[in-house]
Amino acid sequence: MVADALTVAAKDLRLEWRTRVGLGQVLPFAVLVLVLFGFALDPDRGVLDAATPGLFWVTVLFVAVLATQRAYATESAEGVRDALRLTSLAPAGVFLGKALAVAVQLVVAELVLGVGVVVLYGADPAGWALLVGTALPATAGIAAAGSLYGVLAVGLRVRETIVPLLVLPVLAPVLLAATRAFEAALDGTPADGWPWAGLLTLFAVAYLVAGAGLYGVLLEES
Amino acid sequence: MSTGTTTTSPPGDDVAPHGSTGSRATRILGVLTLVGSALVVWLAFIATPADRVQGESVRLLYLHVPSVTVAYLACGITFVASAMWLWKRSEWWDIVGSSAAEIASVFTAVTLLTGMVWGQATWGTAWEWDPRLTSTLFLFLLLVGYQALRAAAPDRDARARRSAVVGLLLIPNIVVVNRSVEWWRSLHQDATLFRTDLDFRIEGLMLFTWMFATVVGLVLLAWLLIHRFRVGWLANRAEERRLDDAVAARRAEGGVPPVVDLAPTAAPTTGSGTGGDA
Repeated sequence: MVADALTVAAKDLRLEWRTRVGLGQVLPFAVLVLVLFGFALDPDRGVLDAATPGLFWVTVLFVAVLATQRAYATESAEGVRDALRLTSLAPAGVFLGKALAVAVQLVVAELVLGVGVVVLYGADPAGWALLVGTALPATAGIAAAGSLYGVLAVGLRVRETIVPLLVLPVLAPVLLAATRAFEAALDGTPADGWPWAGLLTLFAVAYLVAGAGLYGVLLEES
Repeated sequence: MSTGTTTTSPPGDDVAPHGSTGSRATRILGVLTLVGSALVVWLAFIATPADRVQGESVRLLYLHVPSVTVAYLACGITFVASAMWLWKRSEWWDIVGSSAAEIASVFTAVTLLTGMVWGQATWGTAWEWDPRLTSTLFLFLLLVGYQALRAAAPDRDARARRSAVVGLLLIPNIVVVNRSVEWWRSLHQDATLFRTDLDFRIEGLMLFTWMFATVVGLVLLAWLLIHRFRVGWLANRAEERRLDDAVAARRAEGGVPPVVDLAPTAAPTTGSGTGGDA
């Protein structure tokens, strides 16, 4: 299963690298969102300072929606899903591979966004351990839930609009927890943030297990 | 019809073949609902007094509490039906789950609206970031997503399969939202107003009205669920028939005689009777 996951993740990342859609479109979009928040909230009034953790994670969610849609855009093409089933890869492996590829892209986006909030919003990164300890389980949870809900929209004409509707309510607790943890890290009170990181870890594990268990049902669709 | 591995008939065998969804059972439930609702209106607006603390707005709760009960119960049915579909893969459970979800979304909306009006009247604010309110809103959004997914699905198998997964995750998702919002709000100390306001005591005729309205709500749920189930069942039959009719029409165009119907479904068909999944 792990080998299958790595195979699928490598395939997805290779595809992503060759098309450059993530680098050429999704990342610039993420930076653009940060700039737009700057316009909306006026960097001189202090609102942006207070809102930085939330804006960071809202932007990550936007990127996640795009990344999951990209992850399944190729699967929507005629017969690709059947081909995937015929490869005899374990469905759980396919799911974990998809999630891993999305997670890798999200980590890249988060690094760029992290630099973005430091440069554009003047955020002062403190509490590195908590920032990383939050970002990793949050990313895993977003990628897992995104990959599970993303496959539900494969082959639908309304794919672009239905993925955010399905996945964003599910990811709302991740936004809540990750924002609180980042606030704690930036405020210099990391002790308040670790329980949220724990919640994120639980969410990630739950969705990785649920996705691995349910993915087969969705793959065997006729 | 590959998805309909079961041959179970819709509840109440006396469903008219011309497509009515009424039967004696539903008519009894319908009469009970209507009479019960009239009684609730009389109890809520005339027989019961205004509340000492909340004033007239307490009357909204006679609608709000039954709505939330029906909404949550219907969600529970969707959850169970989704799990059962994943286990049994039967059309029956698919229709039960989707029918209950549709009813749940209507009653969740009623719950939210009455709750907001009540909140405006009682606390002076229509919205509080309270775990219950927030998770009810998320429940509504998830149900809207469930419905949208079903509407967009390309065929019946995909529809059943995908919505069963969403239905199964409905309640776990809501629990996570509820817990996280509760945790978040407990870190702030501004939720006390909400707490004390909910501590009002309700007794006597008001308590009876509340409970009676909830019972009427449950009868209404049963009534709607049976009708909605039958509509779903007939819609599936109509879908098959449309396909069969289309096949017959294409055959006729090509001068091929229609195939004799060897496996008639609930609705009389003229086609092969095997088509179901496009």
